Parts: sequence; C-alpha cells; structure tokens
Amino acid sequence: MVDSALHATHNEDVREHRSLVANVWRRFSRNKIGLAGTAIFLMIAAAVIAAPLLTPYTPTELNLLNRFQPPSREHWMGTDDLGRDIWTRVLYGGRISLTVGLLSVLVSISVGTLVGLVSGYYGGWIDSILMRIADVFLSVPRLFVLIVLITLLRAWDLPWLRPGTFAPIALVIGCLSWMGVSRLIRASALEQRGREYTLAARVIGASDARILLLHILPNAASSAIVAATLGLAGAIISESGLSYLGFGVQLPTPTWGNMLSGTQNQMTTAPWTAIFPGLMIFIIVVAVNYMGDSLRDALDPHHVEKR
Amino acid sequence: MAAEREALVQVRNLKKYFPINRGVIQRHVGDVKAVDDISFDILRGETLGMVGESGCGKTTAGRTIIRLYEATSGSVLVNDVDISKLRGGELRQMRRQMQMIFQDPYASLNPRMTVGSIIAEPLEVHRVAFGKEKLERVQELLRLVGLNPYFANRYPHEFSGGQRQRIGIARALALNPDLIVCDEPISSLDVSIQAQVVNLMEELQQQMGLTYLFIAHDLSMVRHISDRMAVMYLGKVVELTDRDEIYLNPLHPYTQALMSAVPVPDPVIEEERKRIILEGDLPSPAHPPVGCNFNTRCPVAMEQCFEAEPEYREVKPGHWVACFRVP
Repeated sequence: MVDSALHATHNEDVREHRSLVANVWRRFSRNKIGLAGTAIFLMIAAAVIAAPLLTPYTPTELNLLNRFQPPSREHWMGTDDLGRDIWTRVLYGGRISLTVGLLSVLVSISVGTLVGLVSGYYGGWIDSILMRIADVFLSVPRLFVLIVLITLLRAWDLPWLRPGTFAPIALVIGCLSWMGVSRLIRASALEQRGREYTLAARVIGASDARILLLHILPNAASSAIVAATLGLAGAIISESGLSYLGFGVQLPTPTWGNMLSGTQNQMTTAPWTAIFPGLMIFIIVVAVNYMGDSLRDALDPHHVEKR
Repeated sequence: MAAEREALVQVRNLKKYFPINRGVIQRHVGDVKAVDDISFDILRGETLGMVGESGCGKTTAGRTIIRLYEATSGSVLVNDVDISKLRGGELRQMRRQMQMIFQDPYASLNPRMTVGSIIAEPLEVHRVAFGKEKLERVQELLRLVGLNPYFANRYPHEFSGGQRQRIGIARALALNPDLIVCDEPISSLDVSIQAQVVNLMEELQQQMGLTYLFIAHDLSMVRHISDRMAVMYLGKVVELTDRDEIYLNPLHPYTQALMSAVPVPDPVIEEERKRIILEGDLPSPAHPPVGCNFNTRCPVAMEQCFEAEPEYREVKPGHWVACFRVP
C-alpha cells in the first residue's frame, strides 16, 4: 500500500535513541563546579536531616558553665553565650532555614508559574494587568513589606501561623518573590503560543488547559526549575535577614539568621559564634547558585540539537 | 470536470485584518489586510493549490479557513455548516473534519512528547480511542505514513526532517478528516525528501479520499500535486482555475509573470521562453494601492486600474479571474 521507496526511510539514519532526561544529565555531569555545588547542597541537606545522629546535644540545651567555649573536641564549633553547642544549633537551625527556603520557593514557583502561563498565553489586557501587578510587587521595598506582613500575620494569630513557626515567614517570602519567575515563564509561554506545535494542538481541538499543561508548561519548566534553584538561595538569605532583624523565627528555635543576630555583642570576643552560622549561609548560597547555573546550561534548549 | 463535484469547503468574502495599534493607549491606527475578501470553493477529493509570493497572505488564508485565526468577516462553510460562527463544543466537533500539516517539521512537534503521544493526542482530545485500541491506532498510523511502529516511544529530536513531517501527517490523519490544510508542507525539506513526502500525500489522498488545500510557493511542485490552482496576490485571489489551464492559458498579468518564471525541462523551449520580469516589490498590505492592488507592478495597467477594483468573476466555466484586461 505504501511503495518501496517509502520503506527506505526505515533505514534512514535514525539518531541515537536517548531520552531527554539522559541528555540533560549528560550535560549537567560535565560541569564539575555545578556537580560540586550539588554535592555540597545534598551533603548539607543530609546532615541537617540526620541532625540527631550527628550530635550528642540538643539545640536548646543550656550549659551555663560552658559559655563561650572556643571550638574544641567536645564542641566542634564552640558554644554560645548560654553554653549551647553551636554545631548542634547549626544543624537544627539548618532544618528551619532550608525548610523555609524550600517552602517559600514552592510558593513563589507556583504563583509565578500560574501568573506567567496565564499572562503569556492569553496576552492582551489579562497580560497587562498581571504584569502591572508584578511591577507593583517589584517596586515596593521588600524588607519593609516583609516586616509589615509578618507583623500582621502574627496579630491575626491563626493556629497554623503561630509566632515562632516558619510557615508564615515562608509564605510571605514566597508571596514577595514570584515576579522573576512569572516573567521568565511568561516570556516562554509567549514564545510558545506562536509555535507550530501549539497551533497543531489547537487545530486538534485541545482545550486551553490541555495546551497550557501538556504543551507549554513542560517546555517552560526548565526556566522554572532554574528559577527555583536560584530562588532557594535568595529565600535562605531573606529568612536570615528577617531572623537577624528579629522578625523571623523566634528564639530559642535556632535558624542560621537568628543565630547570627543573637551573637552581635560577642562577635569580637567570641567570633566563632558568628562565623559558623554565617559560613553555612555563605556555603549553601554559593553551592545552590552553582547548581542552578549548571542546571540552566544543561536544560538550555539550544544544546538539544547538538550531538 | 470540476464543476460536477460538490464543494466540501465554501469560502465566502473571507477577510482577515490584523489591527495595528500604536502609542500608550494602543490606539487603532490601521489594519494589515492579510486576507482581503477572498471567495472560492474547495471541491471534495481535490487538491487545490494555493500559490503566491512571500507575504501575500496564503498562510493566513489557510489558518483563517481552519479557524486558527478568527476571521474579520466572511464565512467558511464546511459540509454546508458555517464554521466561522461555531463555538466551544461544536467547534471542537468540527475540528475532527479538518486538520493541518505545518511548514516546519522541527517546530510543529512538541519536543517533550514522544511520537506516540503526539499522534495519540487527537484521539485523546476527541475521546475516540483508549488504552490498547489507542496504541494500535497509533501504530497503524505510523505504518500508514511509512514509519516503523516501533518509533512510537521515541522523541522528535531523534528523527530527520522528512520523518518528522511524516509524523505530522500521521497526527493530521488520526481523526480521519475530510480536509487537510497543508501549509508549505515540503518547503523546508531536502529536495530528495520532498518527492517522497508528496508521493505519500498523494497516495493517502487516494486511499482515504482526502481533500487538500495545498499552500506553497514552489510552482512545479504545486503543479504536480494540484487539480486546480489559486493564485494570491496581496491578500486577494487574482486567478483560480484548473492546473493545466493556468499553465497554458494564464489570464491575469500576475499569473502570466509567475508562470513565465517556471523553467521548462527542455533546452530548446527553455531557450525561446519569454520571461515577464515584474518591477518593484510587493506593496505593504497595510497600505494597499487604490484600485486594482496589482497596478503598481502591472505591465499592462490602464487608467481604469487605478480607479476601481476589478471584480473577481468567472470569465469562462471554471476559470475565475480579477482583471479589467480580461474580456
């Protein structure tokens, strides 16, 4: 029924069968700095999860006889003004800092992706309104709004937003950092709206929801993944900043930020109380940024056609 | 011969203007008249070739007919139903009858979907096949377009341009449509592959009784595949008739110039062949000339052509043209 010339295509050069994920991994693994960043991030995450196994102390255990101990065999990172073990507090504080980071990224990615997809795909006045809202969010001083919102949330005293917990902080940070993501996703959606595969889906009769979820989102996802990784670093810094100012997670629960703030007065006499939490913030931010950069290169569609 | 066949698609006074908005408040300052009042029929089972230079509105015409673009005015009747008024579910049902093959086989397949899910998408959207039946249908379609059914779980980037275009054809065939709008389906393929794809399309047409609207700018290829041909210039159809008639006896001066550009594969005739070279460029469709829109480049334009628009009329049975010069 189909002539033999057509069957010749079976023997035509078919490119090597390799899944998209495998391609991405191949490129990602080629970037050593990115791999190192990923390894460090995963190590810290693992250490923080396994905190009770890595230390004999608890984070809030006072030992007034042992105040301001410099790093030693018993206290790897020394002790603070109340004799608490800093290594232990760094581990447990990391749980909060990382959770806040991940949660707020989850919020900002969800909001940003939704806004970006709708804005880019529908265009017109919907796009104008959403992007003006994003502009408003970008133009207000972030720290000020963060503080006001957190104070307001506390005042309402909702059961799941109790003071001292990290949920409201993550929520607020997330709600104030979706704009970058939404712009990336919007640009991608705008571009893909005119692509022929989107037109093909419309000719088939696919609904807008189907086109957005099956055709546009997967092709915009790489920008979202990269934005998420880079946003994680930003969120950790935001949480640290807030906690440092005293609007974050309340003492005695440790986070890297409030550990830093608690140590202001002793920074010259007992520098280790500040160095270690600060170092952790620095390391994780650098590691996550390298991971994100490398991921972006690996997911870059311009590399896809290369063999 | 053509007149006896019934019309599958009736395009009537179809217009598609893209608004030009300028300034802060996006004031409407004009229109790009991409398709400006075209009317013609596409007969059941035929291939209607549509030719014209870049920017003349052929792609827009195709996309408006299939309702990828909303028409500015006019109507498109498919099987006597006016699809330009349909909404929601009715429109979706209508989509089953008309499909499209795209120009760029690299852009028309979603790079994140397997070939199997690309071809299965129409089946899923219209809920016509599920599970095992769906898989079998996908494999059958792949076989039909000359691809190995085993390719279903591969991704588009693993295929060559010709193979990808076959995948696009399989997707268009999935719902057994009546009409397929082919938007320059072969222009981005290697010449050696073009013939294969065109042959495949012709075979499929015979097997499945398909009707094609074949948009292209390669005149010899269009001549090969078409039963009738429409020539577009600046958003308008200037001439439409049987393919042999349009080659042997073109009436519109633009068609004459176009046809004189087709090389003849006979050195003796080719030596003697007179070419009509058109001066100037295609005018902007945002500011088409007053009167006949071809008057800026027409070698035989007369006074009348700058004052009034020539009517698009049937000068002999089955031969439509829009020109004052034609008696």
